Amino acid sequence: MMGPEIPLYLTVASFLFATGALGVLLRRNPLIVLLSLEIMLNGANLAFISFARRLGDGDGQIFAVAVMAVAASEVVVGLGLVVALHRRDLELDVDRLSTLRG
Amino acid sequence: MGDFLVWVVWVLAAFACLGSGIAVVTFSNPFYSALALIGNLASLAVLYLLLAAEFVAAAQVLVYAGAVMVMFLFVIAYVGQRADTVWTGGPSWQFVGGVLAGGAILVEVIIAIGLGASGRLRDEADIDAAFGSPAEIGRLFLTDHLLAFEITSIVLLVAAVGGVVLGGQSRRVPEEEASLGR
Repeated sequence: MMGPEIPLYLTVASFLFATGALGVLLRRNPLIVLLSLEIMLNGANLAFISFARRLGDGDGQIFAVAVMAVAASEVVVGLGLVVALHRRDLELDVDRLSTLRG
Repeated sequence: MGDFLVWVVWVLAAFACLGSGIAVVTFSNPFYSALALIGNLASLAVLYLLLAAEFVAAAQVLVYAGAVMVMFLFVIAYVGQRADTVWTGGPSWQFVGGVLAGGAILVEVIIAIGLGASGRLRDEADIDAAFGSPAEIGRLFLTDHLLAFEITSIVLLVAAVGGVVLGGQSRRVPEEEASLGR
């Protein structure tokens, strides 16, 4: 294969996943938490496609496409929640949303 | 020569990918974060192309950088100024704990991949030109992975219904207001 080997792609994928995890853990704005979740999903997708290339098998790419569909669904529901929060004049801060806490 | 060019493209795409990922997490304005995520998705599409995943790269640009991010930008514009909240907050142990947990995830992933597949990752399989093409992906989806294909359509339908239910309530119910403490 021309260019870098598969382990380098996997390193990029791990760093992307960790970056997204940091964003999910640290940020309190639900919009940025959703954006960080997208980064985590894309890190996983890059790993799937790297392994698909390594094995010469298209199944990893199929899984990546399915993950993209799930990510689109997650964005629809997440943004619906953000819009609902906005309609109710609630603060956009995941630490303050404790109504459902038991 | 061709190898060198591929390396140059890979280094540019990988660093653009990691840099824009860090930018998404660190920007305080969600609008700039969303724009940085579009750059992240585009550089990831370049990496997918290098891995012979043409269809996934095209779908990434069309579906993600196109449709999903436009929806994100619409909502950020709709929410307006209230989208700008403080960068982070809470006690400082929360910040330290978050950074430690993120680092632990990184180490865990690297160790898991390194131990599970070390030494066997370098020799890539030989692939033909059809690998990753739309025709090949479509054939796999409609033969080996037909159930996954149908389930994906149901997931999308449920998400669409959920989005309508969540976003469609315009009238406020008094009991709900009371439960929110306002």
